[in-house]
Parts: sequence; C-alpha cells; structure tokens
Amino acid sequence: MTMTPLVYALQGASTLPSNDGYVAAAYIVFFALVLIYVVIMAVRLGRVERRLQDLQERREDESGEHEKRERELV
Amino acid sequence: MRSPSLRALSISTVLAFCVSLSLVFFYAPIEADQGFLQKIFYLHVPLAIVALCGFVIGGLFAIAHLRTGDQRWDLRSYVAIHMSLIFGVGVLLTGSIWARASWGHWWVWDEPTLVSFLIVFLLYATYSPLRFAIEDPERQGRYASVFAITAGAFVPLNFIAVRLSASYVHPRVLGATSNLPSSMAFTFLVSLAAMALLFATLCSYELAAKRTRILLKVRSRTLGFR
Amino acid sequence: MRRTVGALVRKELLVELRTLESVPGMALFAVTTFVVFHFALNQNTVSGQEAAGILWVTLLFAAMLGVNRLFVADADQGGFDGFLLAPVDRTALLLAKALALLCYLLVLELVAVPAFGLLLLGPPLGQALPGLLAPLALGDLGVAAIGTLVAALAVRTRARDLLGPLLALPLLVPIVIGCARASAPLLVSAHPGGPALRWIATLALYDLVFGLIAYAVFDFLLED
Repeated sequence: MTMTPLVYALQGASTLPSNDGYVAAAYIVFFALVLIYVVIMAVRLGRVERRLQDLQERREDESGEHEKRERELV
Repeated sequence: MRSPSLRALSISTVLAFCVSLSLVFFYAPIEADQGFLQKIFYLHVPLAIVALCGFVIGGLFAIAHLRTGDQRWDLRSYVAIHMSLIFGVGVLLTGSIWARASWGHWWVWDEPTLVSFLIVFLLYATYSPLRFAIEDPERQGRYASVFAITAGAFVPLNFIAVRLSASYVHPRVLGATSNLPSSMAFTFLVSLAAMALLFATLCSYELAAKRTRILLKVRSRTLGFR
Repeated sequence: MRRTVGALVRKELLVELRTLESVPGMALFAVTTFVVFHFALNQNTVSGQEAAGILWVTLLFAAMLGVNRLFVADADQGGFDGFLLAPVDRTALLLAKALALLCYLLVLELVAVPAFGLLLLGPPLGQALPGLLAPLALGDLGVAAIGTLVAALAVRTRARDLLGPLLALPLLVPIVIGCARASAPLLVSAHPGGPALRWIATLALYDLVFGLIAYAVFDFLLED
C-alpha cells in the first residue's frame, strides 16, 4: 500500500512501516468478505435462473405435447 | 414496505465508499498515538456499530412478526441477523488484526468492546442452527422471533456488563470517540454512513433473492413439478 | 394465577422427588467437577478470583444439566397439550418451571458449595458464606429465568441437548461476570471483604430485565 506525499507530510510521530501491512490486511479482509458474499449470491442467482429455464422448457414441452394430442384426436 | 430501488442503493453505497476511503487515506490526519495503524479504526468500528444495530433491528422486526403474524417480517428479521453475523465476522477479523498490530497478540481480553462482540457473535451463531432444527415453518418463524427478541435485548446489556468488568489498563481510541478532532470525527461519520448503506444494500439483495426463490418454489409446485 | 402456579410447582417438585432425575445428577456433576479441577489445576486449594471462577463455572454447567431436562417430560409425553387445554394463563407454566428450576438450583448449591469448601477452597467457607448469599441468590434467579426460556425454546427442536447450553451460555455470561466478581473478594484468606455493590446491582438489574423479557415472549413458544 503506497502512501501519498500528503500523508507522509502529515506524519509526525514514529510510525513503524510494518503497520502498512496490517492496515492493508484489514481492508483486504473486508473487501474479500464482500466479494465472497457477492460471488455466493451470483452462484445462487445462476441456480435460480437455471431452474427457471428448466421450468420454462418443461412448460413448453407440456403445451407442445398437448397440442400434438389435440391434433391427433381431430 | 417497498424497498428502495436496488440500483439506487448500490450506486450510493459505492459512492459513499469512494468518498469515505478517500477521506480515510487522504484527509484524516495521522493519529499521534498509533500512527497509520489507526486507519483500521475507520473500518472496524463502523462494521461493529452497523452489525450491532443490525442485530437489534432484527429483534425489532421479530417483534413486528410476532405482533402481526406476517411472515414478511420474519424474513426481514432473518436477513438482518444473517447479514449482521457476516459483518460480525468482519468485525472480529479486523479487530484481531488491529490487536495483533497494536499489542502483538491476535486476541486481547482488555478491549471490552471486542470481548462483548465475541459473546454476542457466539449467541447469534446459534440462530441458524435453531431455525434449521425446527421443521414446521410457522413454528420455526415464531421460535426464531422469540430468540431474536431475547438476543436483541441482550446486546446492550452485554456491552454494559462486559464494560463494567473490564480493566481500564489500555485506554484505546475506541473509547475516546467523544474527543476526536473534527476531521477524524467527520471521516468516521462518513465511513459509518457508507457501512450502513452497504448493510442496507446487501440486505435488500438478500431479501430480493429469497423472495425470488420462494416465488419460484411456489410457482413450480402449482405447475405440478417438484 | 397463583393457584395455577402453585399447583404446577407442586407437580414439578413431586415428579422430581419421585423420579430424582435432575437434582442428584446435578449435584454429583458439581462435586465430580471439583475433583476434576483439582487434577486439572494441580492445586490443593484455590482462593480469591480463581476460587470464585471455579465455583461459578461448575454451578453453571451443573445448572445446564437441569435446564436440559426441564421440559423434556412435557414435550415427550404430551404435557404441553394437556396444559394448553386447561383454561389458565400460559405464563403460569413459565413461572412454575422457573420456580422449580430455582428449587433445583438451591438444592444443588446446598450440596455443591459445602463440597467446594471442603475440597478446593483454601480460606474457611464459614466466613465467606453470609456474603455469598446475595450473589448466589441473584445468580440463581438469573439462571432460572434464562434457563427456563432457553429450555422452552430448545426442547422442541431436533438437537435439544446441544442447543440448550449453546443458547444459554452467552446469555448467562453477564451473570457469571457479576457473580464471580462479587464473590472474589469474599474468598480471600487474608482480608475478606464484602461483595462489591456494583456487581449486586448489575445482577439484580439483569435478572429483572430478562425476567420481564421471558415473561413477555414465553406465550409465543406455546402456541401450537
């Protein structure tokens, strides 16, 4: 994590450079959590869409067979 | 209760985070005591506050559920608590990182807020197991609401109790929010707003996803498919 | 209402006296735990905060055994249905069960506290006892209120033995804090003090709040 010149200028007391790593780690953990959540939601959405697709196809099949049967009877 | 447009919420959340992060890293001054490490404060504390409010809100929704019998309140309660639990994981992880950087240990008992949070987290971690251990959906919702109300009342009491028991050997920035310089206070408030917006957005997504799944289940059943 | 509660409490205590399924187990568990602590700590005596901690943790876990069994007979043998059919206020069941649990805890302490004084406690128990009564009483009230609520919540789920303690322990942490802190100065050999008032006040407040909450929500657990 690079520090801007402004932040360098503001630095007064002693700051251990290793602290950068910890701050970065904390923010990375946070964004990773959000990202993991979004990914899980996306996977679930995919599943829902597939199921919807499946249902749609089955309905078309059923109505297709229905029409075929009707034609046969006539 | 119509939830605001998801797109509007998402966009405002992203904007809020951009503003808040810029403030954190380019505007807020470096704290004299902890230095750059203090920047975690703008992440960890809003996470904690939003998570705790989420738990209490879950309890409030549960009260509405028990009073009206409307299942939609139960769904909102569940989502609020579930999301707060996820935020809670973030709180504990960032708190642990902060503790490690400050005192060299991944966990410290001296920070009463973190300890209280752990207890609250452990309590709410039983929420999902409780729900899934009850098969009847109506009873599940009712029992879950009873739990959410009890646990929601527990949150503030727990914080008071743990704070009373804590040793004030290590004064921390967490306790000194009242005497923050205005630039830090402003940054903190913006970060808090951003976190709250994130919570609202993710909850709205979760609610929409759950409602869609329920609708799908209902439709597929009425059409005769399993 | 009072008569209903009285009748229910009498039934609970009679059943317990005849079957002896909760209290002897709780008492035995507590005494055995003290023995385990002796070996775990490799110490002959404990005092001060350590003693308070051991006493309260043991009492707490023994109480969990009682909490687990509190509603089991009702759930398994149709006691809930029988009660629901009766034209009485449903919170009477909460009060009755809580009072019964309180009685079990009192008996538990009658055995466990002297056992603790005998087996593990360094300073003499007699001098600490009067001061210990307040934390013991308030702790018992809290465990009774929360334990009954949690027991009712957990009993009709699939993993009832597991969920009961898991739900109860975080809720009981403030009670452990209050009781352990209040008892610590009493169990010191040198200059035993009295229980700090702030802990007694905390315990009383916590008991009151959770008693009220349990009273408010219990009805919803019985609707079926």
